[in-house]
Amino acid sequence: MFAAGLAIIFGVMRLVNITHGDLIVLAAFVAMVAIEITGVNPFVSLIIVLPFMFVFGYVLQRVVLNFTLGDDLLPPLLVTFGISIILQNLLLELFSADSQRLKAGPVETLSIKVMEGLEIGVLPLVIFVVAILMIAIIQQLFNRTRLGRAFRATSDDPVTAQLMGINHNHIFALAMAMALVLVGIAGVFLGIRTNFDPSIGPSRLLFAFEAVIIGGLGSIWGTLAGGIILGVAQNIGAKIDPGWQILAGHIAFLIVLVVRPNGLFPKTRDD
Amino acid sequence: MSLLEVNNLSAFYGDFQALFNIDFTMEEGETLAVIGANGAGKSTFLKTITGLVDTEVDDLNYNGVSIGGLSAADIVGLGIAMVPEGRRLFPSLNVEENLLMGGYKGRQGHWTLDRIYELFPALVERRTVPGTALSGGEQQMTAIGRALMANPDLLLFDELSLGLAPIIIKNIYETLPKIKSEGVSVLLVEQDINQALSVSDRVYCFQEGRVSLNGLPNTLSREQISAAYFGS
Repeated sequence: MFAAGLAIIFGVMRLVNITHGDLIVLAAFVAMVAIEITGVNPFVSLIIVLPFMFVFGYVLQRVVLNFTLGDDLLPPLLVTFGISIILQNLLLELFSADSQRLKAGPVETLSIKVMEGLEIGVLPLVIFVVAILMIAIIQQLFNRTRLGRAFRATSDDPVTAQLMGINHNHIFALAMAMALVLVGIAGVFLGIRTNFDPSIGPSRLLFAFEAVIIGGLGSIWGTLAGGIILGVAQNIGAKIDPGWQILAGHIAFLIVLVVRPNGLFPKTRDD
Repeated sequence: MSLLEVNNLSAFYGDFQALFNIDFTMEEGETLAVIGANGAGKSTFLKTITGLVDTEVDDLNYNGVSIGGLSAADIVGLGIAMVPEGRRLFPSLNVEENLLMGGYKGRQGHWTLDRIYELFPALVERRTVPGTALSGGEQQMTAIGRALMANPDLLLFDELSLGLAPIIIKNIYETLPKIKSEGVSVLLVEQDINQALSVSDRVYCFQEGRVSLNGLPNTLSREQISAAYFGS
């Protein structure tokens, strides 16, 4: 789901967003603060986190990132890298380097017994279902609505899109805002499932990039498949030896790159 | 009051000046053609009108309102639509979605999806095909339909006949009277001089970013046009 946000940003704007990893951490911290202040359950904190991320994404894109977009991939890369460093240090300053987590109560460890010897954790299941739901919603939005057409048209050809009456700065900002809503959901789930601290963003970003590339650039369902492949590979690796967990994911990624350099479900055109 | 009035318009790409002090007027209901050689500034001229190339505030008046310096997205909402050179359909949208994009601003008027399909029946069975899978002629029809969906009062055509077979060009030009009968004024940029002269009420010739000739098609001699076109 986190990677899907990245896929949207790249798909619509051809923008490689290095800040993405830190934004998920930011979302987790926002959730933490919201929970501390209001005392609500992490799932309820989404009501605060999501609007925050939406506005944050819109403003970030409108005020900063739109000015970096152009024919060259390098400026957005550098600028998002810079924002990434700023965000990391800001979070470090505000919340210290301590590991944090969001406490969701008994849901964290509940599981459903499917059959003898096979149990599925409720939380991972919820996450999975939400991910599929969100991706389905986004896919529908892209394919069926006026806004979705505007997204695709602007992505195809920003100049001609302007002739249709589209303010491409606004459309890009909306795309970023939507992507950060996904990141917000992912951030809260991340906080519930594992510990987080201000410095883990970049490694999260790496996984997200791998998922996007395995799935094929710009394809949202492909990204989901990429995430699943990556996750399964990591778990198989962990079964063999705990030290293999991360490595197995990377190896799966490399294999896909060798066999299908464009990813499994590529949507990018060769122009 | 003229539909479109251009006063002393100059346009630049960076340091390069593409248009020099253009004066131009167009009345409502008129069909105007702009002809000229490659690089004469014809397409740039259209881009200034649609807002894709920056202009000074007072350079352009449309229905008595200054539109210089407005964004392209705002100008189309005022009723100026363009069929861009090379059609420029959106490749990831199908024909119908491309048409719908034209109506993005929601300007009300005569043109609806059904009316476009009536004008170009060939598009009906192609409605779910991606824009890029069409033949050149179908692409041009879709591009025209897309521009009409904006319900413009002024429709700009950039190189309508470029890269199309003569028979297709003829078919497309035959739809012009139908479009005009709905109260749309037409400004054509065209390299095909004969075609341009035969459909237009008045013609402007551009040469190296300046207006070199302006007159009624039937009063201009071949020699005059050729001199204005190529320079003498």
